[in-house]
Amino acid sequence: MRIPPRNTQALAVALLGGATGLTLAILVFVIVFILGKGLPVLSLGFLLDNPQEMGKAGGIFPTLVGTLILPLAAIIIALPAGVGTAVYLSEYTVENPATRIIRFGTDCLAGIPSIIFGLFGFIFFVTTLKMGWCILSGALTLAIMVLPTIIRTSEEAIKAVPASYREVSCSLGATRWETVLKVVLPNALPGIVTGVMLSIGRCIGETAAVIFTAGASLRLPHSVFDSTRTMAVHFYILAREGISNENAFGTAAVLILSVLLVNSVSYWMMHRFISRRTK
Amino acid sequence: MTDAVKIANRNFSVFYGATQALRGITLDVPAHRILGIIGPAGSGKTALLRAMNRLNDLNPDCRVEGQILLDGVDIYQPDFDAVRLRKRVGMVFALPVPLPLSLFDNIAYGLRLSGIRARSRLNALVERGLQAAFLWDEVKDRLHTSAMRLSGGQQQRLCLARVLAMEPEVILLDEPCSGLDPISTARIEEALIALKSKYTIVLVTNNTKQAARVADTTAFLLQGDLVEVGPTSLIFTAPKDQKTNDYVSGRFG
Repeated sequence: MRIPPRNTQALAVALLGGATGLTLAILVFVIVFILGKGLPVLSLGFLLDNPQEMGKAGGIFPTLVGTLILPLAAIIIALPAGVGTAVYLSEYTVENPATRIIRFGTDCLAGIPSIIFGLFGFIFFVTTLKMGWCILSGALTLAIMVLPTIIRTSEEAIKAVPASYREVSCSLGATRWETVLKVVLPNALPGIVTGVMLSIGRCIGETAAVIFTAGASLRLPHSVFDSTRTMAVHFYILAREGISNENAFGTAAVLILSVLLVNSVSYWMMHRFISRRTK
Repeated sequence: MTDAVKIANRNFSVFYGATQALRGITLDVPAHRILGIIGPAGSGKTALLRAMNRLNDLNPDCRVEGQILLDGVDIYQPDFDAVRLRKRVGMVFALPVPLPLSLFDNIAYGLRLSGIRARSRLNALVERGLQAAFLWDEVKDRLHTSAMRLSGGQQQRLCLARVLAMEPEVILLDEPCSGLDPISTARIEEALIALKSKYTIVLVTNNTKQAARVADTTAFLLQGDLVEVGPTSLIFTAPKDQKTNDYVSGRFG
């Protein structure tokens, strides 16, 4: 029996629309559920006070600072290395077995569970290099973890810059490096920013790799050699140890809101950058 | 110096991978003249043009043999600076490619690379480039808007202005009017004829009539070989080679 094309079309629209609707509904449900439980806990004091009794009472200020510093430090380390690798692979080398191996390697690295990176960071940075649990150990570990994402997204963005731009730049007397700096990177920026955003998101949400390397100290860090606790780790400990469910949800709500904020601000900045260039 | 040779191609070949695009061409480019290069698709016109400012270097599959002499110096000798060469030998591409910058920054791009920073000097050179490309009057009030907003013909004149602002010695044009309407084409041709007193121009074109209109000398390429080169009037009225005759009279190609 053949179904008339008009009906299959209607069926396809219904199925695809249903899938989209379901995805959206789940997303909205999760956010509403967490914000619904967490928002009542929120207050200025919750954000700016030090925690008491391991987080049962008081605020989450040190974890807010930790969540700000750790991903930032990780990106500061990973961005130059990642974009540099991407530029080198796409602009300075011809496709050959070596570059294919590097690409395959980064792809494999991207698929490794974060706890493996945590274990590596613990053994290498914390123990072997005797750096101890500190922000630097954590940031280096997270940097290695997000490096593949930054390399691949940057490389795709760089490849998407039209070859004709490079030819024009070179024909006007630019060296390869000047072309990279003035033509390739500015035009690849939106893609690179997307990779950075994804990476910041992963760093903010990471727990396993962070507990192993940056520790879980609730004291306010004074340097990158101090241990710290991020909101995600705080949330995990509060919920896991049964310290305080309310404060766990409060922390989760702040986590979600800060990710939203970071994304919105960076998209706004990127938009401004693009529209200024093409106005 | 009317009959001086600016660029001399000496038994020059270009290979892209295993295919040979150009077969041992020997061709002089006279100074302060317009040399037209005509020939059907795949005849090696573009390969030759891109060899003269070493833009082929960007293509890792490309290999060359023979010599190209610019003012008597081989541009393919190992210690020759290709970046400086491209400041002396400018190029306009088949499709207009404005960089996604303002008009001003497009033209200032090459100037800044040459180390010109002073605003007043940049302003003067940008204006001169636009004037020389017959674009100034149309765009002088919107120099700081995006070059992407110009029409196709304006974009191509912007690309010409960008090259002219650099004050090169030679201008290479790769089918610069292939995407343009007759009026825009006439503007570009007008600019080229006005420019030849100052520059040496090589014009690759698919349009034989364009070569007949503007070129002083015309070379005919076919499948990587130079079939014939001579004064444009002779190439179009009394060519020595039957293949040239067939091509310019429209019997093939």
